[in-house]
Amino acid sequence: MTKYSIFSLIRNASDHHRGWPRAWRDPEPKRSYDVVIVGAGGHGLATAYYLAAEHGITNVAVLEKGWLGGGNTGRNTTIIRANYLQDASAALYGHALSLWDGLSQVLNFNVMYSRRGVLALAHTEHELKALARLHAANRLNGIDLELLTPEQCKAFCPILNISRDMRFPVLAGSLQRKAGVARHDAVAWGYARAASALGVDIIQNCEVTGFRIADGGIEGVETSRGLIRTGKVACVAAGHSSVLAGMAGLRLPIESHPLQALVSEPLKPILDTVTMSNAVHVYVSQSDKGELVIGAGIDAFNSYAQRGSLPVIEEQMAAMLDLYPVFSRLRMLRKWGGIVDLCPDASPLITKTPVAGLYFNCGWGTGGFKATPGSGHVFAHTVAHDEPHPFAAPFTLQRFQTGNLIDENLAAAVAH
Amino acid sequence: MLLIPCPYCGERDENEFHYGGEAHIARPENAWTMIDADWADYLFMRANPKGKHYERWLHRHGCGRWFNALRDTVSHEVIATYAIGDAKPAAKR
Repeated sequence: MTKYSIFSLIRNASDHHRGWPRAWRDPEPKRSYDVVIVGAGGHGLATAYYLAAEHGITNVAVLEKGWLGGGNTGRNTTIIRANYLQDASAALYGHALSLWDGLSQVLNFNVMYSRRGVLALAHTEHELKALARLHAANRLNGIDLELLTPEQCKAFCPILNISRDMRFPVLAGSLQRKAGVARHDAVAWGYARAASALGVDIIQNCEVTGFRIADGGIEGVETSRGLIRTGKVACVAAGHSSVLAGMAGLRLPIESHPLQALVSEPLKPILDTVTMSNAVHVYVSQSDKGELVIGAGIDAFNSYAQRGSLPVIEEQMAAMLDLYPVFSRLRMLRKWGGIVDLCPDASPLITKTPVAGLYFNCGWGTGGFKATPGSGHVFAHTVAHDEPHPFAAPFTLQRFQTGNLIDENLAAAVAH
Repeated sequence: MLLIPCPYCGERDENEFHYGGEAHIARPENAWTMIDADWADYLFMRANPKGKHYERWLHRHGCGRWFNALRDTVSHEVIATYAIGDAKPAAKR
């Protein structure tokens, strides 16, 4: 792997950048691996990287039915924050946030992590109370979260409309200054390049069509490019997790929904933070290219279609114009949908299964991107040791039997 | 925008309706003898198929009645709608 640096940049500039090697290898699948990871999105590639880098397991394949980072990794609104309500989530998302720091240096790939703060707005009396509760819980867990008055919100984000004449005026805001955004593609590419350099095979256009299971344990995966033998399979397939689980005869507490987002035409810098609002239902940030990145809620019905309905878009645009009348003449460039995997308690599953050697990391729902490094890190531990990482231990399938649900619907219902 | 044929009112826009999730999940009759795993399966585990899905809808801003639908989760085609309590229509085309 060529180390990316100012010197390699200068060296390659001398021959007009024709000499750069490819960032990751494109190998043919071998007949067997120690671990097969299903899904080459951010979480799957991070899992592969930490398996190789921290647990010394390098005979690993990452299978991807489409192209690398082409699922939800390439379809989200790139928001990173860690202000969750429950202790178990505070630990898990806090772990992820700590890994975002310095990730570009670790991977030698600029993931463009930008700590620009996330400002969440409250518009109703109920939301105000929920925000105060979240603030208190966060303080107890040592998470930085500030409560702001509408005037302080306006000072932090000057284009915000805090007029009392709105249908749902801004009553308060909560600000996590350490939160921010990162470049979603770069996260997938950075992990892919670093994992590939450690010996991990990333195999694209290779769809898993079934599992070989004998005596209650995994023996291999059937793929569109033939049988691959392995003792451990780690599924990180987001919205398609139920489909994979079905191949192993398992049921998951997951439902798949479309989550849409859209971007505007590029603007000069105008919005230097991320704002989100649950009541009027929109979240907005500005990308480094200048486009506004706008997201909102899921479509209510189950879907695998990677597209949603227009009423959702209409409502989120109305909400954005309420909060930012300045954007009223802005044109939108494109919209897309991703298939998110929702658990009833809005918390993920990082779990072993009744099939020995089969693991699932899914259920991240509408907010998985922020957790990418932490998710991969703890899941690699779970797969390597066949025991959950301490941070992952509360997030197993068993919680639906014991009743120890980790309800994050307050902190996560929309605002991802 | 989905166009959903309410069995009582006819075709209406999607935003008149409220989605109710998977249909035909019967409350267990042996509640006293069920173990935790059975409860987890009844309460939380879902079919979530890629393809034909039996699901409940409420015509909230219309007749206010619940009904069942058979819909494709990939094409979004509403294949059939039918009254609660009616037998499942066949999933094949």
